[in-house]
Amino acid sequence: MIDPIFLVEAAVNGVLLGGVIALLALGLNLIFGVLDIVWIAYADLVMLCMYAIYFLVAVHGWPIWAAGLASLAVGALLGVAVHLLIISPILTSPPINQLLATGGLLFFVQSAATLFWTTDHRSVRLSLPSWEIGGIFIPATRLIPFGISILAVIGLYLFLTRTYIGTAIRAVSQDREAMSLMGASPQRIYVVTSAVGGLMAGLAGALLIFQYAVHPFFGGQFGPLTFMVCVLGGLGNMVGAFVASFIMSEVIAVGGVVMSTEMGYVIAFVIFIVMMFVRPGGILARRQ
Amino acid sequence: MTRGRALAGVLLLVLLLQPLIPLGGYRQYVLHVAIQIFIWSFIGSAWSLMGRFQLVSLGHGAFLGVGAYATVLLWNLYGVTPWLGAVAGMILAGLLAVVVGLPCFRFRVVGHYFGLVTLAVGEVIRLLIVAERDWTAGSLGLTLRSAGGDSLWALQYGSKQVFYYGSLALLLVGLWIWHRVDRSMARAALESIGEDETAAASVGIHVTRFKLGITVLSAALTALGGSLYAQAIAYVNPETLSGIGVSLKIVFAVVLGGMYTLLGPLVGTALTTALAEFLRILFGLKLLGMADTIYGLLLIIFIIFLPDGIYGSARAALDRRATRRAEGASITAKASV
Amino acid sequence: MLELRAISAGYGQFTALWDVSLRVDRGEAVAVVGPNGAGKTTLLRVISGLIAPRAGALTFDGAELTGRPAHHIVAHGIAHVPEGRRLFPALTVADNLKMGAFLPAARARFAESLERVYALFPVLAERRAQRAGSMSGGEQQMLAIGRALMSRPKIILLDEPSMGLAPVMVLRLFDLIRRVREEGYTILVVEQNVRQVLKLVDRAYLLEVGRIRTEGRATELSEQDFVRKAYMGV
Repeated sequence: MIDPIFLVEAAVNGVLLGGVIALLALGLNLIFGVLDIVWIAYADLVMLCMYAIYFLVAVHGWPIWAAGLASLAVGALLGVAVHLLIISPILTSPPINQLLATGGLLFFVQSAATLFWTTDHRSVRLSLPSWEIGGIFIPATRLIPFGISILAVIGLYLFLTRTYIGTAIRAVSQDREAMSLMGASPQRIYVVTSAVGGLMAGLAGALLIFQYAVHPFFGGQFGPLTFMVCVLGGLGNMVGAFVASFIMSEVIAVGGVVMSTEMGYVIAFVIFIVMMFVRPGGILARRQ
Repeated sequence: MTRGRALAGVLLLVLLLQPLIPLGGYRQYVLHVAIQIFIWSFIGSAWSLMGRFQLVSLGHGAFLGVGAYATVLLWNLYGVTPWLGAVAGMILAGLLAVVVGLPCFRFRVVGHYFGLVTLAVGEVIRLLIVAERDWTAGSLGLTLRSAGGDSLWALQYGSKQVFYYGSLALLLVGLWIWHRVDRSMARAALESIGEDETAAASVGIHVTRFKLGITVLSAALTALGGSLYAQAIAYVNPETLSGIGVSLKIVFAVVLGGMYTLLGPLVGTALTTALAEFLRILFGLKLLGMADTIYGLLLIIFIIFLPDGIYGSARAALDRRATRRAEGASITAKASV
Repeated sequence: MLELRAISAGYGQFTALWDVSLRVDRGEAVAVVGPNGAGKTTLLRVISGLIAPRAGALTFDGAELTGRPAHHIVAHGIAHVPEGRRLFPALTVADNLKMGAFLPAARARFAESLERVYALFPVLAERRAQRAGSMSGGEQQMLAIGRALMSRPKIILLDEPSMGLAPVMVLRLFDLIRRVREEGYTILVVEQNVRQVLKLVDRAYLLEVGRIRTEGRATELSEQDFVRKAYMGV
C-alpha cells in the first residue's frame, strides 16, 4: 500500500500543476471563443518558447527574468505569425480544413524541432529550495510557477473585463458580425487575441521549463491534456476550463503516483469519456 | 470500356506481374516499398471514409495500434493465429470507436471538438501501450515470435512476395468497399449530415446511427491494416503504429492525394512514400525529422491552397474540361439542327 | 446623402436584390416596406457593408463605399441596428454601449454620447449593470438603438425595430424613434408594420421580391389602394 503521505504530496503537486495547465486551457479557449478555431499546435508553441528560454539561459547566460520576458515576447510573436500565415487564409474554410491546417502545423513544428535540436532532452537547472509542510515536500520550482499562473489568470480576467480591447474581444466571441458593425476591424481583434493567446503560451513555457525537460515531443504530453481540459470544461467556457484544469491535473498526479505516469493519463482520459456521457456540454453546463 | 477503366486494368496487370519482372537485387526493396504503399493506401482509404463526410479523426493511430498489437500479442503470448487475431483487433477497434463515438455523436460533438477528442484517443492508446510495458514491451516495441519457417497459419513468410499479393488484394478490397459506400444510400445520408446535421435529422435521418456506422467501419478496416502491417514487418512499436505522428501521416497522405476520390489516398500515399524514400536515400539517417518537417509544411500548404489534393484537383479540372467539351458539342449539335 | 444606384446582391446562387436604386437626403426619415422575403434586410446589410453587392454603386456623403467592409462603412457614419438587435448578450448594458463607441472619433466623445443616450432612454441608465441578454424585448431594442447612437453616426439604419414587441411597446418605440429623429439624425427604417412606420417617415419605398415596386411621400402611399389592402389590412 502506498504511504498516504505520497498521495497527499501528489495531490498538492496536482494543484500546483493545475495552475499552469489552466494557463494553457484559458489561452486555447480565448482563441477558440473569438476565432472559432482550435490551435491544435498550441502545446507545441509552448515547446518552442521553452527551447527559447533554454538557449537564452543555458547557452547564452541570460538572467532568468529576462529570458522569461523574452519567452512572453516570443509567444506573442508566434501567436501573431500563426494567425497571419495559417489561420487567416482558412478562416472561412470548412472545419476539416482548419483542423488539418493546425494539425499540419503541429507536425511541422515537432519535426522541425527534431531536425534542429535532436530529440535530446534539455533542461534548465535551478537550485531553489524545497519547503516542508506537514511532512510533504513542496519545491519552489512548483510553488512559484503556481503563484505566477494564478496571478496571470487574474490578470487575464481583469484584461477581459476591465479594458476596452478586452471587452471587445469578449464581444467578438459573442457576436462577430455585430462587432464589425461597431466599426471594429475583425482582423485587428483576431491579431490581438492571437497575440494574447501566444503570450499565455510563452508564459506557460517559462513556468514549465524549470520543472520539465523540453524535447520536440513535449507538446504530446501537454497538448492532449489541454484539449481534454477544454472539452471537459466546455469549449470556449473560461470558468469551466479553469475548474477542469485542476480536476484533470489531480487525476494525473494522483494516478501517476498510484500506478504509472502513463496510466495517470489513461485514467484521466477514461474519466474524460465518462464525463462526456454524463455532462456533454462540459462540467459547468446546465443539464441537457 | 472507358479510357479510365482501361488504364486501371493495365495498371492492375502490371502490379500483378511485377514480381516476375527481373529486378535483380532490388527485388526485395521494391516489394517492400510496394507493400508499404498498398497497406498505407488501404488505411488512408479507410480514414477517408470518415474524412469525406466531415468527420475528421486525428487519432486513427489508435485503431492502427489496437489492430497491430492485438494480433501480435495474441500470437506471441497465446499462439492465436493472426487470422483470428486480426478479427479480434477489428472487434476491439470497433468497440473503441463506439465508446468514443457514441457520446460524441449523441451529444453533437462535431468539428473541432470531435477532432480534439480523436487526437486524445490516439495519444491515450499510445500511452496505454507504453504504460503496460510488462507485456507490450512499451517503447522498445515487440517482435513477432517466429513460427520457424513459412506458415499460413502464423501468416509468416520469408519472401515478401506473399505479402505483396496479400496487401494488393487487401487494397483492392478496400477500394471496393469505398466504392460500395460511395454508391450507397448511406453516402447521401452522410453527406447531408456533413452539411447540416439538424436539417438531416429533421428529415428523419438517424444521424447518430450513420455516423457511428461509418466510424466503426473505418476503425475496423484501419485495425485490419494494422494487423497486416504487423505481420508483414514482423515488428510493432507504439511510435510507428499509434500516436499523433502516424495519425497525421495518414491524414497528410490522403489530403495530398484527395480526400473525396477513390484513388486519392492511393496517389497520396504513393507520393509520400516516394518522397520519404527519396529523402532517406538522399540524407540517410543524418537529418532526422527532415521528411516529417517537409510533410508538415506541405500539409499546411496543400490544405490552404489545394484542399482537394493533387489527384482530386486534377480530376476536377479534367471533369470541367469534359463538361465544357460536352456543352460545346451540344451547342454545335443544336446549331446544326 | 445616401444613394444606391442599380444595386444587385444575393447569397450564393440566389439573388435577393435586383437593380435597386434609392436615395436618402440629410435630415430625412425614409422607410422601406414590403412583404417577408422581399429583400429588405439584405438591402440594409448591403448598405452597412455586411454583404458586398454584385452590381451597382453605393455612395454616402460623396464617398464611394461600394464593396467596402463593414467597419470602414461604419467609420463613415452609417450605423446599422440589425434585425433581432444582435446585442452582446453576456455583456452589461454599459459594456454594450461602450462597444458602440469603438471608433476612435466616437471614443473621444464617449461621455457626451453616453449622457445623450441615457437622457433619451432613461431605462438604460437604470439598468446599466444588467446583462443585455436578460432584458425585455423593448428594452433590448432601446439598447440596440442607443448602442448605434454611441458611434455618433450621420445616418441610422433600423431593421425591423418592432419585431417581437408587444403592440404597446411598438407605439412607445416609434415615439422614441421620432425623438431620435428630432435630435437631428437621418433615418432609414425597414419595417413590416406599415401603418406605424408611414406615420413616422417622410418618404417610403415599397420593395417586393427584390425590386422597388413604387416610392413616394408617406402620406401619398398610405392613401394608395393596393397599399392599404395588402399591407394595412383595410
